[in-house]
Amino acid sequence: MAGRPHLRYGAGPWHLAAVLGALALAGYAVFLVSDAPALPRIALWFAGAVVLHDLLLFPLYTVADRALGRVSASVSLRNHLRVPVLASGLLLLLFLPGIAEHGSGTYLAATGQTQEPFAERWLLLTAGFFAASGLVFAVRVLKRRARARRSGGPARSRPRPGRGAARGGSG
Amino acid sequence: MLGMMRPPNPFRPGTWRSPLRGPWLTSVLAVVLLVTLPIVTITGLLSYSAYGPQFGQAIPADVGWLRLPPFDWPTDPAWLYRLTQGLHVILGLMLVPVVLAKLWSVLPKLFTWPPFRSPAQALERFTLLLLVGGVLFEIVTGVLNIQYDYVFGFSFYTAHYYGAWVFLAGFVSHVALKLPRMTRALRSRSLRAELRTSRAETRPEPADPDGLVSPDPEPATLSRRGALGIVAGGTLLVGTLTVGQTIGGAARHTALLLPRGRDLGTGPNDFQVNRTAAAAGIEATQVGPEWTLELLGGPEPVRLSRAGLAALPGHAATLPIACVEGWSTTQHWAGVRLRDLAELAGVHDPASAHVRSLQRGGAFNQATLQANQVLHADSLLALRVNGADLSLDHGFPARVIVPALPGVHNTKWVRSIEFRRA
Repeated sequence: MAGRPHLRYGAGPWHLAAVLGALALAGYAVFLVSDAPALPRIALWFAGAVVLHDLLLFPLYTVADRALGRVSASVSLRNHLRVPVLASGLLLLLFLPGIAEHGSGTYLAATGQTQEPFAERWLLLTAGFFAASGLVFAVRVLKRRARARRSGGPARSRPRPGRGAARGGSG
Repeated sequence: MLGMMRPPNPFRPGTWRSPLRGPWLTSVLAVVLLVTLPIVTITGLLSYSAYGPQFGQAIPADVGWLRLPPFDWPTDPAWLYRLTQGLHVILGLMLVPVVLAKLWSVLPKLFTWPPFRSPAQALERFTLLLLVGGVLFEIVTGVLNIQYDYVFGFSFYTAHYYGAWVFLAGFVSHVALKLPRMTRALRSRSLRAELRTSRAETRPEPADPDGLVSPDPEPATLSRRGALGIVAGGTLLVGTLTVGQTIGGAARHTALLLPRGRDLGTGPNDFQVNRTAAAAGIEATQVGPEWTLELLGGPEPVRLSRAGLAALPGHAATLPIACVEGWSTTQHWAGVRLRDLAELAGVHDPASAHVRSLQRGGAFNQATLQANQVLHADSLLALRVNGADLSLDHGFPARVIVPALPGVHNTKWVRSIEFRRA
């Protein structure tokens, strides 16, 4: 049994064909670019992108999310913080060169302008995200309290919607 | 042996506690990327074709078999490159949240221990490096390039082009190997039911052979509906903040964080500049009254002053300029038809035209146009825009404007045009 080739390989011939095809295509692309003097730099950026994502960005946002979980009093509050943080972080990640005014020389040569407005715009957008999320959160909390008052008890003991008791409570 | 020496933390399955990770969620994100990433890839390859690889002016020049079959880039519709390149850049940016979410959903797999149990797994993991490295490399280089931040220090075109093929190798094999698993996982739950499931009712998916589902899940702090909503919201946010650079007009202002979302004023020449005259090293003396246009390729060179050009039968056309960075701007151009200039030069049936700029250095101080681009009725050597003379930054005394041609090949500060026969 162990002598049969696909058992030693660990998968069927289709798997081997797909994997070898990919390696051949990628190898050919690397071969074509192999005379470029910048190849080591390109390879460094290729590997660096993976390392930075997997070993820096991912742990960073995981730790940040756990910290957020510890400081926020409720899951609802946590999510109302998560969303603006994610929105703001996404924009920072994508538009960092403009926000941090990096590459200003080439930027000026290409456009005839400076990157001056971007940091302020990003901060305003971020403030907008937090304000909007905070507003929604406040409305939800007030609604929950109002419901709790109407049903005469704390929010969590309110009857489940859609049941007879809920209709009775609001009637 | 390796299995007995499992390293700490991320390599232990118990570390991964999100109740949302599972084959269904991963597959939903996967199917979105399966449909959209090929669009980004093909529009990117089309951009290479649009640069005129048959004249050796697409970058990188020699790509062997790694290109679409040769064809002449069309001139109709005039907004073709605006559409394909706008799609490439804006869709590419919009997919960043989806790619990040997809990677989040499968990250425990990076830390499986032992790293592989068979040659098949080892090889497949290497192709995943091509896929993940490829997609991240393309995102990083593309995002930096559209913001003119060349911190990477290599040719963007070369790296982004070959990076795309490495990505494509990883992508195609990954799809080939995982498609059955993806369809099975998608059928395992109803999207409609999932979109109606609240956070309180969210339970982990059943344990899967791939180990995506946490063996020790925490209570859900987010429903799957919420998680998908956050990803979709991120995608919409990026789309809203970028599409304006392609659509232009009033929508341009919505591209708040992009170089091409800015207003330059209300004058006839107050639209987006790509490379200023100062950056191109154009001096006032070069474009003064002594400037002449040289038409080559006929029996003998023909020289025309700007007044001489302006006295020729003119033509006007409203045409977009669309750049490789995905932005575009539509303006009303007036000047002389390129095909009329070919006649004047004495070349009645040009196979191509080679345009040179006064700009001395730079990769785009010259461009070769295909026959269809020279002969199109709206292909112009423009002298004026929106009723005024071109400004120096927009190519005074004369610039090329051709329908559906990538922006940088609409040569500015034209010095000579050589019409070539077949």
